[in-house]
Amino acid sequence: MDGLTRSRWLHFFWSHRLGLGVLAAAGAVLLFPWYTDNPYTLGLTNRIALMSVAVVGLNLFMGCTGQISLGHAAFMAVGAYISGILTVHAGWSPWLALVVAVAAAAGFSLAIGVPLLRLSGHALAMATLACNVVVHHVLLQEDRWTGGPSGLAGIPPLTAAGWAVDDPVRLHFFLWFVVLVVMFGGLNLVRSLPGRGLMVLAADEVCAACLGVPVARAKVVLWTLSAVLAAVAGSLFAHTYGFVSPDSFGIFVSTDLAIMVVLGGMGSVWGSVLGAAVIVLLPEFSELAEAYKEFVHGGLLVAMLLVAPQGMIRGIRQAVALAWWRAQQGRSDAAA
Amino acid sequence: MLQLEGVTKRFGGLTALDGVGFAVTPGSITALIGPNGAGKSTLLDCLFGVCRVDTGSIRLGEHELTMLPTHAIVRLGLARTFQNLRLAPHETVLDNVLAGLVTRTPFSFTAAILRLPAARHAERACRLAALEALDRLGLAAKARWPAGVLSFGDKKRLELARALVAAPRVLVLDEPVAGLNRAETETVEAELVRLRRAGRTVLLVEHDMDMVMRLADHVVVLDGGRRIAVGTPAEVQRNPLVLEAYLGQMEVVA
Repeated sequence: MDGLTRSRWLHFFWSHRLGLGVLAAAGAVLLFPWYTDNPYTLGLTNRIALMSVAVVGLNLFMGCTGQISLGHAAFMAVGAYISGILTVHAGWSPWLALVVAVAAAAGFSLAIGVPLLRLSGHALAMATLACNVVVHHVLLQEDRWTGGPSGLAGIPPLTAAGWAVDDPVRLHFFLWFVVLVVMFGGLNLVRSLPGRGLMVLAADEVCAACLGVPVARAKVVLWTLSAVLAAVAGSLFAHTYGFVSPDSFGIFVSTDLAIMVVLGGMGSVWGSVLGAAVIVLLPEFSELAEAYKEFVHGGLLVAMLLVAPQGMIRGIRQAVALAWWRAQQGRSDAAA
Repeated sequence: MLQLEGVTKRFGGLTALDGVGFAVTPGSITALIGPNGAGKSTLLDCLFGVCRVDTGSIRLGEHELTMLPTHAIVRLGLARTFQNLRLAPHETVLDNVLAGLVTRTPFSFTAAILRLPAARHAERACRLAALEALDRLGLAAKARWPAGVLSFGDKKRLELARALVAAPRVLVLDEPVAGLNRAETETVEAELVRLRRAGRTVLLVEHDMDMVMRLADHVVVLDGGRRIAVGTPAEVQRNPLVLEAYLGQMEVVA
């Protein structure tokens, strides 16, 4: 291959890196069940998929506004419980229940978001945490509808063209398809012109406004978008496991979501999936990670902020770039 | 083009701006000077709607700006640089310049997420415009670098590139050469000369008097929140009020 052909290929790969990346991810998703159809393994990867949907959404909010939410499990709860109640108590079709649940979560997030987003920093984090506590409490108390502490069982799976999405392999294809769609939308947003403004918003609101970003509206839209994705994740959770209980949506689930965002990197869509994978898979490697979950996750968060505050994806990318640059330096030194 | 009349801004008991008025004529470089605390930064904040004026009017063409939110003002055709750098340090140099082109398309989440054709085409055109702006300011070779690793001089020029890339009706520069060495100052100056030749309008806030005298068509002098002088650089330089503001009251000796 001569130099020109090589540089053309490099240019092709570079300019289409995003599409090729998503294509590669889609290929991996498609082939994975042939690599393993162990239900336990697929159960884990399906759980990663579920969390990823919520984490991508939360990451768009946290990464683009620079604010922290410690209450997104509340939106997952709204999605999951409305889906559950409508299918179990009212006998609705799961698809219709999903749509209504997500719409309800959007309305709910908008109603609390407009006043809450006037806060920022720690005050906003605390306020979102409080919302989560309230929602959790309502789920415990309203046992006529929610089943209280013992949860709500018998939620039917989603069906597509007469096939129930209920065994691990079908769930794998369905859930990861949703993740790919969400990722693609997120990646599109981040690299669009409004997205370039949003990355400034994360660090500096005055500067973003002076570049033409409608700060207040952008915050509310991102908040609602993240709540919608959390509700989609919650609703899918309900139809995947057929059972929901309040403890699936407690404040420690919210903090886990935020930790997944930070591990992957604020504003990094690929990182969101990686962050979700790390937290979901951690107990597989050590009993300790399950028994002392809160300590381990908290420790991981602190370690990450100390070592690579920009997150895993960017941290790795920077390390590779640095190594490459050092190698180049070495070569030019040797030549000299 | 840009017209200020009787702009007054009070912070509690302090009157930061006291009935300031002047006009920026199209195709000219207007310099805004004054000692520290004269109200220059407050004036820029009021111009961009970062803070609200108490009384007075600011008009851009036929639009009244004083009641508009910042992002709407910017979309009418203003762009600025900041006195202390405000870049996104982890993003690339090119991405930082692209942030200056947010106003090129409506701020639509739907179009961005679905990557609609209009948004895609606008982005391609913007990428070219951004690279061109970087090239003119000598930063094209560093387009893929993270903005945070640039030298101070390069960061200042990157901010200038981000502000001028959208071709605003009025370009507002807040001390664009403060802290730059001579060579860097010269590239900024050359760019300003080029902008004026292209018929662009600039409002320049600057401490470097030599540069103001060389470049400005009109000079507006603020002191203690009041406009104390206005005119050509030569006129302003001879104005006793200006000399007093800059050098303190002088006794006439002999």
